[in-house]
Amino acid sequence: MSAYSVTEPSRLSKSVAALLVVGYAVITLLPLLWILSTGFKSGPDSISYPPKVLFEPSLEGYVNLFTTRTRIGAEQFAALPPPETWYDKIVRQSGTVIAGPSRFGERFMNSVIIGFGSTFLSIFLGTLAAYAFSRFRVPLKDDLLFFILSTRMMPPIAVAIPIYLMYRELGLSDTHLGMILLYTAVNISLAVWLLKGFIDEIPREYEEAALIDGYTRFQAFRKVVLPQAATGIASTAIFCLIFAWNEYAFAVLLTSGNAQTAPPFIPTIIGVGGQDWPAVAAGATLFLLPVMIFTILLRKHLLRGITFGAVRK
Amino acid sequence: MAEVGLHGVGMSYGATQALQDVSMTIPDGAFVVLLGPTGAGKTTTLRLIAGLERPEHGDITIDGQSVLRDTPAQRDVAMVFQQYSLYPHLSVRDNLAFPLRSPMLRLPEAEIAARVQAVARSLRIEHKLNNKATALSGGEMQRVSIGRALVRQPRIYLMDEPLSSLDAKLRADLRVELKRIHADLGATFLYVTHDQIEAMTMATHVGVLDQGRLVQFGTPREIYEDPVSTYVASRLGQPRITLLPAGSFGPGAPAAAAQMGLRPEHIVIGEGQSATVRRVERLGDQTRLHLAFGPHEIVTLTDPHTPLAAGESIAIRPQNPLWFDAHGNRI
Repeated sequence: MSAYSVTEPSRLSKSVAALLVVGYAVITLLPLLWILSTGFKSGPDSISYPPKVLFEPSLEGYVNLFTTRTRIGAEQFAALPPPETWYDKIVRQSGTVIAGPSRFGERFMNSVIIGFGSTFLSIFLGTLAAYAFSRFRVPLKDDLLFFILSTRMMPPIAVAIPIYLMYRELGLSDTHLGMILLYTAVNISLAVWLLKGFIDEIPREYEEAALIDGYTRFQAFRKVVLPQAATGIASTAIFCLIFAWNEYAFAVLLTSGNAQTAPPFIPTIIGVGGQDWPAVAAGATLFLLPVMIFTILLRKHLLRGITFGAVRK
Repeated sequence: MAEVGLHGVGMSYGATQALQDVSMTIPDGAFVVLLGPTGAGKTTTLRLIAGLERPEHGDITIDGQSVLRDTPAQRDVAMVFQQYSLYPHLSVRDNLAFPLRSPMLRLPEAEIAARVQAVARSLRIEHKLNNKATALSGGEMQRVSIGRALVRQPRIYLMDEPLSSLDAKLRADLRVELKRIHADLGATFLYVTHDQIEAMTMATHVGVLDQGRLVQFGTPREIYEDPVSTYVASRLGQPRITLLPAGSFGPGAPAAAAQMGLRPEHIVIGEGQSATVRRVERLGDQTRLHLAFGPHEIVTLTDPHTPLAAGESIAIRPQNPLWFDAHGNRI
């Protein structure tokens, strides 16, 4: 007979909880699994009815994602030399040849530059602003904080037309800088408010101790406040990245050629040579990876929690 | 090594007046203990000298130079906070080394290691050097916090109840250790405490604060034997001074006297008027008597091995008591 604990949940309630969590995970992960598997299906398999759960894996979707292809006449096709590479071979199976690389790689890099660039800028500016709001006597502090928050109260797309016109005048349309600034403007309110909350929790005594220990205010900020705010910075960064990475409406409106990100690009794949679901699914799969990797890398900070231990409350 | 001067310093937090027109000169190498209840302005005084607060009125000087425009780093002071304020993301070793790595000092790492080791040894926290600062007991944190002040040799040490959460034995040891450090370094110390033994044994000077005002500044003996008011008289002395109406023991009081203050040494047992023993507290090295004298209660000391018990009657007589007027001021 094991000891009975008042605070430990019983074995039954633990199993029920585990079951619920697993059930929820299955429901949320099923669509992701479907996208992942469709990416490795052949064209006919992807649209077969009833849907195929077991299928012969193919890299057709990924090859199509990264290439543009043309259909050539039967005579020309027969006269071609044997395929040189594995992806040539896959393309030939559907009676086409590779005409050149697609723009997916370029669009993906745009997403990386704009997503991470605006996240970095939001966190950089947000941390400094949050620190100032948390520690200094800022005139009209509450009004300013409310003003910052209020930029979040309206759906960003409501100002799409003015922004479109302004960007056209300023020459920021379809530029990386323009998109970074735009996403930073949307994210900065979230960043300031979240980070202010985290910095408020860090007792001032640490900085005061550092000031007396011979450090300047900025050095105290860097050596004492920043390491302790790491948890907050990491979670705020994930929120900012997820928004900037997934943003669709502004990207459609403001980018077309040069700075187009992956979200508006992926749906256009479907128009190239019929309904190419495997290529769309392959694009979606690759698109999911960076945020996933970023979150996993910062997981340690997210889980660690904030340390309050060394100040007697 | 520095002389610290406060000249008419005033400071308020919102509506509360934290300090009012405080002036004192802390001589070079002095060990000044600040006494007063919570909210009297002791911690504010330390923070003003450290440069963490700016006074609204008056001037603060170190070695005759005004330091109002100097940052805490430029003032070259060390402070032990009441809330230990160890850097939670650093190990004990790095906490102790933190002041030595400051851009003001830039010591070579070998010397830093040696100094950290020496301080850790004197505070008996050597075995905890590699611990995280958060993985310590309260007493250990407090010692690390003291250690962080001791690793460098600043002009002034400011300590805000540094020994308050230590057990009795460690407290006694560190009291001696701090006094030794004071004697060795000849540095100026400003020390806040509630503990009478710390005040009497360590201080060269005691300053008594009352609601932001400095009411008396002198040697511990002056404060104890020659207090300016009932307020100051109640700060020191165990048991506390007993205050009675001036005429309690019959005539003989000065004209303006309203109260008489009796410390144990002001009460002669065995002659005079009758009092009843209410309670006998045997503390080992001393025995306290709680006496009922008419409607009043008097607490005094007697022989540790006294055979007296509750309910018995004894005779008592005041001897050179302290006289106070109706406002509590000394006559």
